[in-house]
This record gives sequence, structure tokens and C-alpha cells, in this order.
Amino acid sequence: MKFVRDFLDKIKPNFEKGGKFPWLHSTFDAFETFAFVPKTTTSSGAHFRDAIDMKRTMTMVILALIPALLFGTYNIGYQHFHSLNPELAFFDGFWDNLLYGIIKILPIVVVSYVVGLSIEFGFAQWRKHEVNEGFLVTGMLIPLVMPPDVPLWQVALATAFAVVIGKEVFGGTGMNFLNPALLARAFLFFAFPSSMSGDNVWIAQKADAFSGATPLAEMMMGAELPSTSFWDMFLGIMPGSIGETSAVAILLGAAFLLITGVGSWRIMLSVFIGGAIMGLTFNLFGSNPYTQIPFYYHYVMGGFMFGAVFMATDPVTAAQTNKGKWIYGILIGVMAVLIRVVNPAYPEGMMLAILLLNVFAPLIDYYIVDANIRKRVKRWKIKGGQNV
Amino acid sequence: MSDIIKIKRGFDIKISGKAIEKVSSPLVTSYALKPTDHIGITPKLMVKEGDRVKAGTPVFYSKQNEKILFTSPVSGTIESINRGEKRAIEEIVISADSVQEYEDFGTESLASMQREEVIEKLLKSGLWTLIRQRPYSTIPNPELQPKCIIISGFDSSPLAANYNFILKGKGAQIQLGVDVLKKLSSGKIHLNIRANETNADELLKLEGVQINRFEGPHPVGNVSVQISKLDPINKGDMVWYIDVQDLAIIGNLFVSGKVEKDRMVALVGPEVKNTQYFNIKIGACISSLVMDNVSKDNNLRYISGNVLTGKRIKENGYVGAYDNLVSVIKEGDYYQFLGWIAPGFKKFSLSRTFPTGFLNLLPSKFRKPIKIDTNMHGGKRALVLTGEYEKVLPLDIYPMQLIKACIIEDIDLMEQLGIYEVDAEDFALCEVIDVSKTDIQQIIRNGLELIRKEMGE
Repeated sequence: MKFVRDFLDKIKPNFEKGGKFPWLHSTFDAFETFAFVPKTTTSSGAHFRDAIDMKRTMTMVILALIPALLFGTYNIGYQHFHSLNPELAFFDGFWDNLLYGIIKILPIVVVSYVVGLSIEFGFAQWRKHEVNEGFLVTGMLIPLVMPPDVPLWQVALATAFAVVIGKEVFGGTGMNFLNPALLARAFLFFAFPSSMSGDNVWIAQKADAFSGATPLAEMMMGAELPSTSFWDMFLGIMPGSIGETSAVAILLGAAFLLITGVGSWRIMLSVFIGGAIMGLTFNLFGSNPYTQIPFYYHYVMGGFMFGAVFMATDPVTAAQTNKGKWIYGILIGVMAVLIRVVNPAYPEGMMLAILLLNVFAPLIDYYIVDANIRKRVKRWKIKGGQNV
Repeated sequence: MSDIIKIKRGFDIKISGKAIEKVSSPLVTSYALKPTDHIGITPKLMVKEGDRVKAGTPVFYSKQNEKILFTSPVSGTIESINRGEKRAIEEIVISADSVQEYEDFGTESLASMQREEVIEKLLKSGLWTLIRQRPYSTIPNPELQPKCIIISGFDSSPLAANYNFILKGKGAQIQLGVDVLKKLSSGKIHLNIRANETNADELLKLEGVQINRFEGPHPVGNVSVQISKLDPINKGDMVWYIDVQDLAIIGNLFVSGKVEKDRMVALVGPEVKNTQYFNIKIGACISSLVMDNVSKDNNLRYISGNVLTGKRIKENGYVGAYDNLVSVIKEGDYYQFLGWIAPGFKKFSLSRTFPTGFLNLLPSKFRKPIKIDTNMHGGKRALVLTGEYEKVLPLDIYPMQLIKACIIEDIDLMEQLGIYEVDAEDFALCEVIDVSKTDIQQIIRNGLELIRKEMGE
């Protein structure tokens, strides 16, 4: 790879102070460090460092998203052809399904990355920062939480909104308090409800005669159980947001995140516990059919699983203390099921539950850290110190 | 025998090049005092180039407290006074005589001496500077009393010297050192040792100390970790601490009346050909230790101290005032093509995103020693990941919150989050595993210094 290195070294002076394009330094740096981990050595503190860096961490999340992405791509095609021909089995016309899915999803992914990364590079340039890798994940999450038929200009608008208003105005990566990918979805949900809800958006170019209702919508309408079987929902063979339907694919990603230690097991586990607590509570006290479904149905319907594994675990917007993560996760699970079952305006509660708890995460942390502070003050007072 | 105090969080990084138990006494002709080894000291010189000094002759004093003297480890001639930025004094180099002369500090029996007399003797001989205090890790003000004194009897950092080995035969001097400490403070004197060391006889025989036995991974040997288990520091508290090897130097002063700053120093690290121990004095030049004894590669980093917290020195630099270790590792100024995605079978990582990360789940005795270099392995980024520092910080402290409080220089918040209970060294492992490549030790040190200056100490 010497010729790449030589080429980079040759053009590098152009992007440094006094060069031709000093204003493109962040951009050059982003591409250079993409090709080569820099040769910087330790200058203060510990003389050696762990081999892990932000790029690798974020890459792990993207790798974890691949099963959901692949399944989602195929499912777009299958759901489309299935609506035209309800007799179609899942693996019939495999290549047609896949090709159709790719044609649908590729533009969404490209738009999300191009819009988001342009803004990120621009801000990094302006602030004279290095480009943070966080958007590589956000840019993949956004397409996966979109309905397959979403207009591309809406994706672009939502991505721009999420990056600028959700992240950059607060100071960029690490400073935002709302999950950018969910913010993009919430933006579309409230700004363009017709493209984000109803029975017509979850299957790409659905045949008019086909119902196309998602399990969540069916439950909302008062069904006893969704028309899709539990195992079909678990596998993900149902209409829905692109990457959210398959619990199996998402659990593969979850396993990868947990094995590599990149995702927080505390948050994932506690979201499921929270969902179970609320589901079981409804089973005990509820009166309508929706309250009576087994709690694990909530896991496989809609975006619960995807939210628990990929959205709630965003370290920046989640609670940061280990104890806080338990509270944060359980409340997300509880709120998601509560909103689903009780609130007629929103069939899917996961997005709102996570955004709500994003807002409350700093408060949760505040009380956890405050307990630590109080313990310290108390110890000090016993020893005869004055008031702080 | 007291119960064993167990530490769970932390990690023993096993690096190749541990010192074998062999000692030699090389002839070292150049020594230096480095004011920068001492936190919060502005040196005022008492000598000039060409002056003659004896072992124990004061070389400079502290502008902050004129009674605190820093004395020469050897007799000889002041060769040069090396200054750095803004003419700050970095090194006072002394070329040693072949026959040593000593200042005489008298051999009055310790038993008949008052606290003030003991302190006077320590200050004059310059050995007071071997004692440090928490918080801040500065040399303590002799007019104050600590709530307790900690003697650290082991070191848990990577490639640390084996204290059982370096203390052999020094038992009597150490006991005398302990007796000196008893004169200084009416508080408890804690001697902290490793629980599983069976032959720490020299230490187990000591009288007048409370022996505490610790077990667990690094940073179990750090003073902060030990204090937090024994007698946590509150605002306004002060604890003194001293390395057990330096206690022998103090003990010796009260027997012979001489300043003999003898210290056994280990030369370690993956780039050292023959690792071993050296009998030298504090401030010795390392060139005769490392000459022809390191790998051929010119691109090496010499560190006075351990690889987590030590200071970078030149190949003809000097051993720091509080160090008993010289580590040599490779510089890592190389590019790695797509290094962030490559499997990295040989890279050091605690994270399981590397295959080697899984090996680190094994107990340290089953792990193979690894080679390390100084590459950062990535660029500086925003603090994004959470819950990582906690895994290697065995203190009841919220590290991320404390680090951020230090960054924004919020003194009240730092106090509330327990800044007095920590030192920069406690965050060394956090710094090593940090994905954002933040220089955490420097941030904590800046926070501590900010408070120290605010308090006027």
C-alpha cells in the first residue's frame, strides 16, 4: 500500500497551513485516516494505548446492522410482490425480490449518507475539528427506520434536520441529547404523517387491493392477535420499516454487539425487562384485546427490537452511569408498550419512548451521581467537616 | 493478621521484558536533580556551575517553602544547569567524584529526639522530599500533621520491580524509617503489601505499623485505591505516603548521619536485551545502564518510571526522584493501512473488537507477555462511549463526570465528585483503553493543580 501512502504524503502539504486548500484540512484528514491509522505517538500520560479507536467502534455497529439491512432489502421486494400475489411464498422469486429491494433501498442509503456526511464535513471544517465517525452509524440507521416508499427528498430533509438541529447546534458528536436517527424519523412522523403512517406506506408500491396493515395497526384496530403468526413476525416476514421487521436479524446484530462489547448489555436487557413488566401488567388489569396479548408479542412487532438493540444503546444519548442505564432501559420498555396500547394516536411507541427517555437520561444520571456526592458529603460530615 | 482487601476492577497488562533477579552496581559518574519531578515546586538555586558539593549538600530550595531543601545524591561538581522553556530549570547536573564525601547530619539517637528535631534533620538532609501527600501528590508542609501515613510496600504497575527482591537485607533500616515516621505523626501508619507474597519477610517483621494485605489487579498498588479502602480522604484531610525503599534511605540517615540515596532500579521493557536490577542512587544517569543493552532500533523511548505514568527521558537522561524503574519501549510512529478494520491479531487491546481482546479475559498468569509501542492507534475524538472507564477504576468515583468537571474547571463539582481521593495515575488505565484517545491523566492533573492553586497550597 506504499503507493497510496506516497500519494497521500505528496498531496498532504496542500491541505496544511500555508498550503493551497487549508480549508479542506478536515476533509483530507478524514480520508487520510480512513486509509491509514495515523502515526501519532503518545505525548502525555500513558506511553502506550489500546489499539481500539472510534472508527473501529463505529464500524462494529455498522457490521452489526448488516443482517437487518440484508433482510430488510429482501423483505422490501418480497412484501411488494406478495401484495401483488398473496399466494407468493417467502423464497419464491428470490432474485426478483432482492433486486427490487436493492433498487428501493440503495437510493435511500445514498441520500442519507451524502446529505449527512456533507453537513458533518462542513461543520468539522468550520470548527477546525477532525470529522467524527458517529454519522457513519446514524447514516445507516436512518434508512433502516424509514418505510420503504419514503420519498427521497423527505429522507434528505429529515437527515439534514437530524444532523443540524439534533446534533451540530449542541456542539456536534458527543454533545447531542437526542438520538439523531430517531430524530430524523420523528421529524418525518410529525411533518409528513401521510408518508409515515397508515396502511399504505409499509409496502413499496403496494397493490391497492392488499390490506398492508402492520401487526401494530391491526392490534390498534382491535384485533385479538395480529394476522401474522408470532414466528413470522419473529423472522420478520411482515410489512414495516425497512430494517425493523426481523427480530432474528436484529438479534444477530445484538449478539455481535455484545460479544465485541460495543453495545451496552445493561440497556438492551433492561428495555426487554421494561417491556415485559408493562406487558404483564396489562395482562393483569387490561380490558381490551390489545392488553391481553402475551408480552413477547411486543418484542417482535414494530420497532421494539430494533430500538432496544440499536437506538436505546446509543452511548451519547443514553444514561451514562451503569445504574442509570438500568432505569433508562426499563422505562423505555415500559413507555413503549404503554404508548402502543393506550395511546390511539401513535401505533408505534418505541420511537417516542426512546426520545422521551433521551430527554430524561441526564436527569436520571443526575440523581445517580448525586447519590454518590451525598455519600461523600455524609462521610465528610461524620468526620466533623462543615457544610459544603 | 488482618483480612485481605480485595480489589476487583482493574487490569494487569502483561508486557514482555520483566526484570530478572540479578543485580549489578554500575559506575555512574553523572547525576541530576530534576525540579520538575516534584509537583508545585519552583526551584531557587543555591549553587552555580562549577561549585563543589558533597552528598547531602543542598542544591536548591522550594520558593513555596524555603525550608524544603533538595540535596545532592553524590559529592562532585555542578556540571551544568539545564533550562527549558521560559528559562525554567529542568536539570541540575552533577559529575560525581570517584571518592565520595558526605555532609555529616549527626548520629543522635532517634529515641531522644523531639518531632521538631526529626523534621529539622529530614528537611536539612533533603530526605523530607521523599515523603509526599494526598491530595495533590506534593511534598507535604512539615508544619501540618497527616491523618495517617501510608507506606506502599508493593507496586502493581506493568513490569514493576519485585519488592521482595529489592528490599532484601534492608529490614533494619526500614524499621528505623518506620520509627522516624512514628515521630512525625500520631496517626496510624499503614504498611500495604500484596496478599499472595509469601516471602515478604522484611516487611512482615516490621513493628509499629498496621499491615494491610491487598489482592487484585493494577491499580491495586496505587495509594488512592488503598486509602479508599482504609480511610477515605475527605475534603481537608491529608495523608502522607512514602515508598518503602525510600524509608530505608531515611532509616540509614539516622544510623550513619549520611545521605545515601541508594535505590535499586529495574531496567525493563520489551526492547531491553538483558533486563536486571541496578544498585544506583537517585538521579543517576541511565546511559551506562542502557548502553549496548537495548535492541538495535534507534527509535526507542526511554521512560523513567512505568509505561503508564512514567516520564519520557533521553537515552542519557536521569532516573526520576520517585522512580525505581526504567522502561524502554519502541516508538510507534508508523502508519497502519486500514488499521481500524484489520483483524489485528498482534495488537494489544482490552476491547473484544480485536481477537487479542478475548485473550485478556484469561487470568494474568495464563496470558503471554506482549510487546507494546507508543502509537496512539487513532485520532482524538469526542468523549462518546460510556461505562468503559469504570471497568478499570476501582474507586467509588464517576470517572466520566469527574473528567468533564476537570475539563470545564468547575471546582465545586470536582470536589463533590471526589477529586481529593484521586491522583492522575489512577486514571492511567482509563487513558490506555480510551476510545477517544483523550489524555486523561493530564486533565486530572490540571484539575488538581487548579484546586491546589485556588487553595493557596
